[in-house]
Amino acid sequence: PFPYTGVPVKPKTKRAKRFLDNRAPKLTENVKNAMIMKGGNTSMTVTQALKDIYALKKPKFPIICIFSYLQEFFSKKTDSSLFLFGSHNKKRPNNLIFGRLFDFHVLDMIELGIEKYNSLSDIKSSKCPEGTKPMLVFAGDAFDHENEHKRLKSLLTDFFRGPVVPSVRLAGLEHVLHFTALEGKIYMRSYRSLLKKSGCRTPRIELEEIGPSFDFILRRTHLASDDLYKTAHKQPKALKPKKKKNISHDTFGTKFGRLHMQKQDLAKLQTRKMKGLRKRRGPAAAAVVAGETSLKTTEVE
Amino acid sequence: MAACSIEDLLAKAEQDEAEKLKSITVQKELDLEFDIGNLVAYDKNRIDIRQFREQKKEDFLRSLARDNTQLLVNEIWKHPTERVEEVIVVKLPEPTTPLPREKPPPKPRPPTKWEEFAKLKGIQKKKKTNLVWDDVAKNELHRLRNIARAQKIKVPGVGLTPTAQQSKTDLARAVNVAKSSTASAGKFQDRLPKEKAPRNTGKKRKFQPVIGNFSNEKQRQLDLLKVLDSKKPRLDVNKAVNKQMREDDREESAAKFKKGGKKGRKGGNFSGKGKGGGGKGKGKGRAGGKGQGPPSGKKGAGKPGKR
Repeated sequence: PFPYTGVPVKPKTKRAKRFLDNRAPKLTENVKNAMIMKGGNTSMTVTQALKDIYALKKPKFPIICIFSYLQEFFSKKTDSSLFLFGSHNKKRPNNLIFGRLFDFHVLDMIELGIEKYNSLSDIKSSKCPEGTKPMLVFAGDAFDHENEHKRLKSLLTDFFRGPVVPSVRLAGLEHVLHFTALEGKIYMRSYRSLLKKSGCRTPRIELEEIGPSFDFILRRTHLASDDLYKTAHKQPKALKPKKKKNISHDTFGTKFGRLHMQKQDLAKLQTRKMKGLRKRRGPAAAAVVAGETSLKTTEVE
Repeated sequence: MAACSIEDLLAKAEQDEAEKLKSITVQKELDLEFDIGNLVAYDKNRIDIRQFREQKKEDFLRSLARDNTQLLVNEIWKHPTERVEEVIVVKLPEPTTPLPREKPPPKPRPPTKWEEFAKLKGIQKKKKTNLVWDDVAKNELHRLRNIARAQKIKVPGVGLTPTAQQSKTDLARAVNVAKSSTASAGKFQDRLPKEKAPRNTGKKRKFQPVIGNFSNEKQRQLDLLKVLDSKKPRLDVNKAVNKQMREDDREESAAKFKKGGKKGRKGGNFSGKGKGGGGKGKGKGRAGGKGQGPPSGKKGAGKPGKR
């Protein structure tokens, strides 16, 4: 365990040990924490934008105002592996950098410029409860064809998906984040979904914009090299579901099992007893045999 | 004619179904891809730029979002649901989008000193069985013995009281007791083919050796003579009378408790417990009686005794 200064420390209490074990590499990981950073010079737009995204992503967002060179320190301190850095200068106005870390080193960074922005407060409507797991939609074929857009898609999913849960309350599916990629621009809209009666079990969806809404333009990117990306995706073997031996399924879904037996002497198999077909012994047998032999003799004659 | 009407009916039914589903169906060129574990939908259809420019941007985006969300919701609703504490939840599958990990997977920790030593010596881990020392059996026996002593009835031998785990000796003893509890004291009971005749049964008597300790013998004879000589009665009348009174008291209280217990009983299932309770009360009462002083630290359980 490395507490921020790089020197390993042995925990002295059980509580400390538990805390460090929670942050240590694990089989199934914690939900990713994200941190917001403000650069040296930020505009009102950027600040407001950061605040809004923070509001979207609560509670997994320890908000800090720091300078970029302290980023690694803070990411270790808060155990965050996602960050959002906002800055503003003449060359790159209203800049947001979305980034993620692997093992506290930068994995991917994508720079988005805010061209148009409507904040949460600009859009007047009733908002979703905090912490709702949002539904995400990525529209546009750029997300499928362009390499950078593909990474952006993965990064945004990582950022906004929230904790991974085994089940979700149907009535609680209220929040939708919709990203549209078109002509080098990415439109991000946030809606509240209303589930209306539809005459059948699945409801009809009506959307109400709650904001914030962004018109992003894709600027610079710093993507991880392929092998680093691959390493980051390596799942520990223990997580792979164990394959059950000797069980197979056919195309109809029937389950088959295989049994392995030792070699059996088929002559000595225990089957149903048919008394009548048993080999006869004693006088009865002798009579039969005599009968047979007499027959034979007659034939000969 | 009838056939025509059936076809019409079917057609109408289909139409009705289509109407019902109209509100949730969405036409798309390419089907969407879904990752329900993450609640994500990927729409790979090309966006019509002209339409985007003609319509108001927000309306276009909103209608696109609505359609896509509808499809995502349709997909989510296909999954199994269950009711958890008055709320309906849908069971999500595992997420399918590969996302990078936060930290590298944990390295296997190095073996500890003991683990290395065990490997070296070839020591394997032995799993402890779930056998637990059965205190109950012993307790149970002693408890029943006490009760029997108090009520002056015979104690059933070891092994006849039901216990969890019985050892070989207990079982053997139980078998012997069962065998000898016939009219002719087990004399004519058949034995199993390989069963051996039971040894060590019968009353235990110990005799002093005939020629041994002369001084001991002399002492014993003299004591006997002393007893014969003395005018004191062998029976301490006071003690005997007190004992008798105590006995009577106890019997009375036991009878009363039994009566009270009978009244309280619903079915006939409580006989064992009632007796046990009575016995317990008696035991506690006895202790109190012997003390004959302050009712020492008796808790609520002393109630039956005190009656």
